[in-house]
Amino acid sequence: MTEKRWPERWQEVNPGCMVFTPGSSQEYHTGSWRAGRKPVWDKSKCIKCGVCYIFCPEGCIFADEEGYFAGDLTYCKGCGICAHECFPEAVTMVNEEG
Amino acid sequence: MSRRVGMEVAIAAAEAVALCNIDVAAVYPITPNTHVAEHLAEIVAEGRIDSEFITVESEHSALSAVLGAAGTGARTFTATSSQGLLYMQEVMPIASAMRLPVVMVIANRALSGPLNIWNDHSDIMLQRDMGWVSLFAENGQEVVDMLIQAFKIAEHREVMLPVNVNMDGFQLTHMVEPIELPDQAEVDRFLLEYKPYATLHPDRPITMGAFAMPEIFTEVMKAKDVAIVNAKKTILEVWKEWESLFGRKYEPVAAYKTEGAEVVLLTMGSMGETAEVAIDELRREGISAGLLKLKLWRPFPFKELKKAVKGVKVLAVTDRAVSYGGPGGPVCAEIRSALYDEPERPVIVDYIIGLGGRDVSVEDFITMGKRALEAKIKKPREAYKFYGVRGE
Ligand code: SF4
Ligand code: SF4
Repeated sequence: MTEKRWPERWQEVNPGCMVFTPGSSQEYHTGSWRAGRKPVWDKSKCIKCGVCYIFCPEGCIFADEEGYFAGDLTYCKGCGICAHECFPEAVTMVNEEG
Repeated sequence: MSRRVGMEVAIAAAEAVALCNIDVAAVYPITPNTHVAEHLAEIVAEGRIDSEFITVESEHSALSAVLGAAGTGARTFTATSSQGLLYMQEVMPIASAMRLPVVMVIANRALSGPLNIWNDHSDIMLQRDMGWVSLFAENGQEVVDMLIQAFKIAEHREVMLPVNVNMDGFQLTHMVEPIELPDQAEVDRFLLEYKPYATLHPDRPITMGAFAMPEIFTEVMKAKDVAIVNAKKTILEVWKEWESLFGRKYEPVAAYKTEGAEVVLLTMGSMGETAEVAIDELRREGISAGLLKLKLWRPFPFKELKKAVKGVKVLAVTDRAVSYGGPGGPVCAEIRSALYDEPERPVIVDYIIGLGGRDVSVEDFITMGKRALEAKIKKPREAYKFYGVRGE
């Protein structure tokens, strides 16, 4: 059984919309708001400088075991800052399907 | 035992708050509320109460600071006026949405510009829809009483909402009046200990003021609306209890000589006392006039108002604020809409009066009463009138 995502009735809302479960913001996958374009990384061009990681306003870029950077798009808004800032042009914005 | 004192009302307001065992206050001084801030700061500095007084650099910070403190379970207080209230506005709906029981006294004052430090209600009327319980005091005694009541209302588990108490700037704040100041034991017995619904604490992490997706926002707003509508029940209970303890009666719509009255004036705040004198005079002249004093602004007392105007031919509402290019004054607009569905309703006239400290005399109320009575035969052409404006 899947857990109920939203209260079904307004009476079930906690007073003040208080949230009693720590870390629940992880359930808000704001990446679903992304409209149209997502970044893709080209490892062969990446120099592991971390600039994309620093500039991503959503904090969704991480280094892998080898030190190459790539995005976890769960929270990616598709703003394109990473692609803009990556000077070796290892990041490009591509159209998303659907 | 209560003590009877002659005291400036702003000072008495600070004394009343000091009796309420507050934990945190943050107030940025602004005329005509400055004496509240100064005197409360003095009380804390002298160690008369065990509270934190946070000196902030703005009203926005004042309300933010007490909101944060309220989140930790502190009993909190702030005060302001006019532009200062506008500066707090950004935080006001957050306090009510978070259901945190902040108490604030507002020394009502006109909004700029032109710059004007005197009294009208344009500051609070703009905050009508912030989700705060809103009370209007008629005199210094009511300021003291309502402030103590405010904590009990705000903190009640059925309410959990911020409350503001409105006192007319200068007309009340700077007047020395005879006031019954309850003693500490009496207030302690009335107020009880504040038991917050939830508190911020590192050991038990919770989130207050979280982000809400469109999927949940409407439900939160509905819950907030129901909470403030239902707050009336608690307010009435608190007022009943107050009456039984202190003998002073509080009602959402207080009536003065309205039995059989053909024309009834309606005021809010300190003008009620002047209007009473005018009603006596009108009655002496054989005009059956009465007065209603609206003391509860939010939640709006629809039921009590409808009952109070039963059989009244003409209702003359006084408004101390303007909804520019709108229906006139905010109070009258509310009352018109409240009575619209009534099978029998009075002719309603709206006088915009006393803006920016313009004096409103007994004579003015007598004139308004008489002019309003004419509306019984000849309905007024305009929805509202700027009473006493030069050039007409
Ligand atoms: S900015 Fe470009 S080169 Fe630098 S780490 Fe990110 S992807 Fe690699
Ligand atoms: S597109 Fe924007 S949000 Fe997405 S990974 Fe790049 S910088 Fe971050």
